[in-house]
This record gives sequence, C-alpha cells and structure tokens, in this order.
Amino acid sequence: MRFLTKITSRGVNVFYAEKQALFDVNLDIPKNQVTALIGPSGCGKSTFLRCINRMNDVIVGCRVEGKLTLDGADIYADDVDVVALRARVGMVFQKPNPFPKSIYENVAYGPRIHGLASTRADLDEIVIRSLERAGLFGEVKDRLHDAGTSLSGGQQQRLCIARAIAVSPDLILMDEPCSALDPIATARIEELIAELRESFTIVIVTHSMQQAARVSQTTAFFHLGHVVECGDTAQIFTDPHEKRTRDYITGRFG
Amino acid sequence: MSEFGAAQHALLRKRYASEKRFRRVGGAAVLTALAALALLLGSVLWRGVPAFFEQRVRLEVLLDEAVIDPDGLRDPISMAEANYAGLLKDALAAQFPEVSGRSEKRALVALLSAGAAYDLSDYVRANPSQIGQTISFEALLSDEVDLLLRGAGGREVAEGTRRLSDAQLGFIDALAERGLVRHAFAVRMLQTGDSREPELAGVLGASAGSFWTLLTTLALSFPLGVAAAIYLEELAPKNRWTDLIEVNINNLAAVPSIVFGLLGLAIFLGFFGLPRSAPFVGGMVLALMMLPTVIIASRAAVRAVPPSIREAALAIGASQLQTVFHHVLPLAMPGILTGTIIGMARALGETAPLLMIGMVAFIVDVPSGPLEPATALPVQIYLWAESAERAFVARTSAAILVLLAFLVLMNLTAVLLRNRFERRW
Repeated sequence: MRFLTKITSRGVNVFYAEKQALFDVNLDIPKNQVTALIGPSGCGKSTFLRCINRMNDVIVGCRVEGKLTLDGADIYADDVDVVALRARVGMVFQKPNPFPKSIYENVAYGPRIHGLASTRADLDEIVIRSLERAGLFGEVKDRLHDAGTSLSGGQQQRLCIARAIAVSPDLILMDEPCSALDPIATARIEELIAELRESFTIVIVTHSMQQAARVSQTTAFFHLGHVVECGDTAQIFTDPHEKRTRDYITGRFG
Repeated sequence: MSEFGAAQHALLRKRYASEKRFRRVGGAAVLTALAALALLLGSVLWRGVPAFFEQRVRLEVLLDEAVIDPDGLRDPISMAEANYAGLLKDALAAQFPEVSGRSEKRALVALLSAGAAYDLSDYVRANPSQIGQTISFEALLSDEVDLLLRGAGGREVAEGTRRLSDAQLGFIDALAERGLVRHAFAVRMLQTGDSREPELAGVLGASAGSFWTLLTTLALSFPLGVAAAIYLEELAPKNRWTDLIEVNINNLAAVPSIVFGLLGLAIFLGFFGLPRSAPFVGGMVLALMMLPTVIIASRAAVRAVPPSIREAALAIGASQLQTVFHHVLPLAMPGILTGTIIGMARALGETAPLLMIGMVAFIVDVPSGPLEPATALPVQIYLWAESAERAFVARTSAAILVLLAFLVLMNLTAVLLRNRFERRW
C-alpha cells in the first residue's frame, strides 16, 4: 500500500433497534487524504461516519458490532474515553451549527474545556490560528466578539471547521458540509478541505459526485448499507468495477 | 384548466367575509377581557385607596412630668407604661369644656384610636426634652370617625343602628369646624402588621410573611425543578420508570392545592414537628405544589433547544454535563424562568395550603425570618374580608392592591431576566 491507514473497519454492522443500517462494512481510510463516502440517501454513509466518533452512542437503541480502529486502537473498546476520542476526531455537520455565543467563544470553547491553553494569550493564539486555517480570520478579525450566528451560512460553516480544528484533532469528519450552502461558499469550503488535507485526515460524506471527484483521493460507494466499492477516486469515477457503482455515478439511480 | 369565474369570486368574497367576522369576534373578546380587567382594578382601587389615608385631630397636649416620669429618671421602660391615654383624654376634653358627665366624656374619648396613645408614647420617647411642655400633637382618630369623615359613615340612619352616637357626631363636627381634623397619608399601613383595630392594621406583616414564604419556595423548587427536568430530559434512560414518573408529574400539576396543605400538615408539622405558622414550612408546601409546574416548563424549554447545539458540543468533546450546563441550560433559561415565574405567581396568590399549616393565625408582629410565625398576603386578605368592622373592607382592597403590585413586580423581574439571558452572547 502506498499510504498509511488511519481508520480500519472490519465487519462493522450497525443496528437501530431492530433495523440493520450497515452490513459487514470493510473499509480502510488512508491518512492525510480526503476520503469521500458517496451513495443515495439512507445508504448508511452518515451512520458510518458517526460510528467513527461514536456520536451514535447518544441514539437510543443503536448498536455497533465488528471492529473499528483508529491508529490500530479499537474505537469501541471498553476503556476508550468517548470525550477523549471526540477531541481527536472533529466533526462538521450538514447544517452549520455555531453555538449562540461570540465568534471567539465558539472557537475557544473546545481548547478551554480540554485545557489546551494555559494563558489568555495562548487561547487567543489558538483562536486566531484556527480561524486563519479555516480561512475566516480576514473576514471576522474586527468582530470576533459578535455573535457566531450573525455570520452568513458559508462563514458559519467555516467557523464550525475552525471550532473543530481548534482542538488539534487527527481526523475531521464532515457530514455533507456544503449541502446547505451556495456554490461560491461551497467552492470556498472545498478549497479549504484541500488545504486541510496537509495536516488532517478528512472523511467527507457528500451527495454531490462532482464534489467527491474534486476533493477526494479515495471514494467509497455505499448502497443499502453495504460498501459496494472502495478505491482510488479517479478509478471509481472513470472505471468502476461494479455495475451498481457505474449506474449510480452515471445517474441511473440515486 | 378551470376558469377563475363568477363562482370562484363569490367564494373568495365569502372567505374574506369569514375572515373579517373572525377578526371582529377576536377584537370583541379582547375588549371584553379589558373591560372586565378595568372593572376589577377600578373597584379594587375605589375601595382600597382610602385605606392608605387616615384622619387625625390636632390637640394641645400637656406632657405632664408627674404622669410620664414622676421619678425624673427618664427610663424609657417605665416611661412607656405611663398613662398617655389620660393625657390625650385631658387634651381632648379641653376642647369641650361643657362636657362634664362620665359617659359623655367616655363617648368623647372613644373618638380617638387606641393607637393615638402609642403614637404619643413613641413621640415622647423620641423627644424626652419636651416633657413638661405643651405640644401640638396629631392624634389618630378611630376607624368609625374615619368612615364618617370620608362620607361612608351613614349619618342618615337612626342613632341606635350606627356605631357613633348623635353626641359623638356633634363632637366630630365641632372639631372639623375648628379646622383641627386632618386627612393624611397612612404610613403605618405599610409599616405595621395585623391589628384588631382597622385603623392600626397594616400589610407589612403579611408582606414579609409572603416574602419569606416565596423565598423558601423559590430556593427549593427552582434548583430541584430544573435539576429534575435536566435529568429526565437529558440524562435519564427512556424506559417504563421514567414514563411513569412523567405521568405522575403531569398529574401532580393538577392536584388541588389544599391537598398539598394537608400533606404539609401531616408530614412537616405532624411527622417532623416543624413550627406552626412558619413561612419556611409554608414555602416548603408551596414548593411541593410548584415543582410539577417548574419541571414541566423546564422540560419543555430544554426540549426546545435544537439538537444541533448538543451535537456540536458533544462532537467537540464536551461531556454530557458540560453540554447541558454550557449550552443547553443557557438557551433554555428564558423558558425556564417564564415557567418559574408563572409558578411563583400562583404560589404568591395561594391561600388554601397555608391555612392548613397555621399561617392563618392572628399575628401582630412583623416576621424577621422564615421561622417566625407569620401570615401571607392572600391569607391576610381572607382574614380581613371576614372581619366584622366595616373599615376592614378598605383594608381588604388595599391588601389586594399590594398583592397585585407584588405580582406586577415579579412579572417585570421575569421579563427583565429573560431579556438579559436572551441577549447574552
């Protein structure tokens, strides 16, 4: 293999009460790359994403079987601290969800609860650096103490990205981060994803195949809870091995 | 495709007409409600405002040292026991030198309130240097004189059926003619507790009782209610037990308040032996009564916080408790406060449970803490409303005014707090 594996999934089954949402998922997510999870609605790609930072834990009746490892360590082992795991695995949601606090407080919250800054100056530095890396600092530097919710949708989403990277995670999960944004804001986020790949491993769920083709190096195609095909993005989009993949990316269904 | 023709236009007119009708009915309903409110407030004000005024008569009183302080020691305790009523009696009799008979003199002195002697005693203790001099002193007149001078006395009815005799009417008229009677603001109404004499009774005792009661209620029900709501909404597993608890809370909110009073009587007084008539116990009973309301309102407010905020906090590595206290609770606070204030307003006006635990006693002293015997404003209203003296009618309405003022004050606080929390970034 040409790359290091960040996340390995072996035989992962997920149930919501009686309903099975994922069937025997085997997947390797490479380090410092962007991995896109594509597939029609309800195929289980978001479910898989939420297994990685155990956000499914809060859903009543959700059960995860199989082995899911992050850097070789089992994510679902008994001794794993969920809070510590989530500090390593950041997440950006479909709808921008900044806290109803100031821009500064939004970014500072994570470092503060994890004790990443010992002084006010350290915290300021983390906030500014995170906003810079999220490509937002220039736009908000004069109004850091305005409400985060006063920003536009695209800016809010970049604020959420800044908030996620402020705790220096290894991995960022993005659940359709651009579906609520206009094309210009989307392009801005896509550029940002390309830059962030240098330092983070990124897993992105998207409905847009063009977006998957543009931003990712690896693509996994999900259908009805199964991983149909996973491989190099260029290969998936130009020469898929599976008929279902070809049908989906050429727009026959989905 | 169908035409938008005459039939459709007729239908459209009908729709507009029904809309207009609905608006009119709604407007009429609001107007009726406003009229009822105006009527209520108007009648309470009309009856209650006179209670804030009293009638006094100016007398030339000789502060006779032989009566007040025969030993010349200026000892406040022995001075307080002196016969001030006698001094006032002499001063009043001086106005009517023609009055000589014992019963006539007694009728004359009955015009003064029992409080006049206490006022004079207080005055002398504050100004001991004036002992031996003749001072001009405004003596409080009795409630019946007050009613008569306000025009509510019933001069027209026959002598035997009213409290004041013809002779007394003559005395009053003579005093008024000489310009000695004065209508003044009754500060004592806001400074004293209950009394058998209407002109001496004030609302401070009941207000202080209500204050200590509500303070206890708030201190108990707010943290307990919010904690229960957070636990049930955010932390508790959803199973048959929590369902059962939820059903019970909803039912408790509808339980008549007197039942909580009986519970308080049996548990707090009977079993734990806590003191009777104490605002602390009243507050505990009202807290029990209020808890379901606070829990239900707080749960609704917590539930209304968008899940995306919880997800955002959890995804960044906040623990469940941090998520609740840093994000969910501040956002739910306006709703929680609204629910709490509604509950507090209900508690403020509650009478029945307080009757059960003895806060209905006749208590003259103003309570200075939650463990001293006290009554509460609504109970005071109830007590005065059933008193025989006519002057208590005005006191009753005045107490209602004070109660309403407290309510307005509390609602105002709630609105201010809510605005503060809503604007907090």
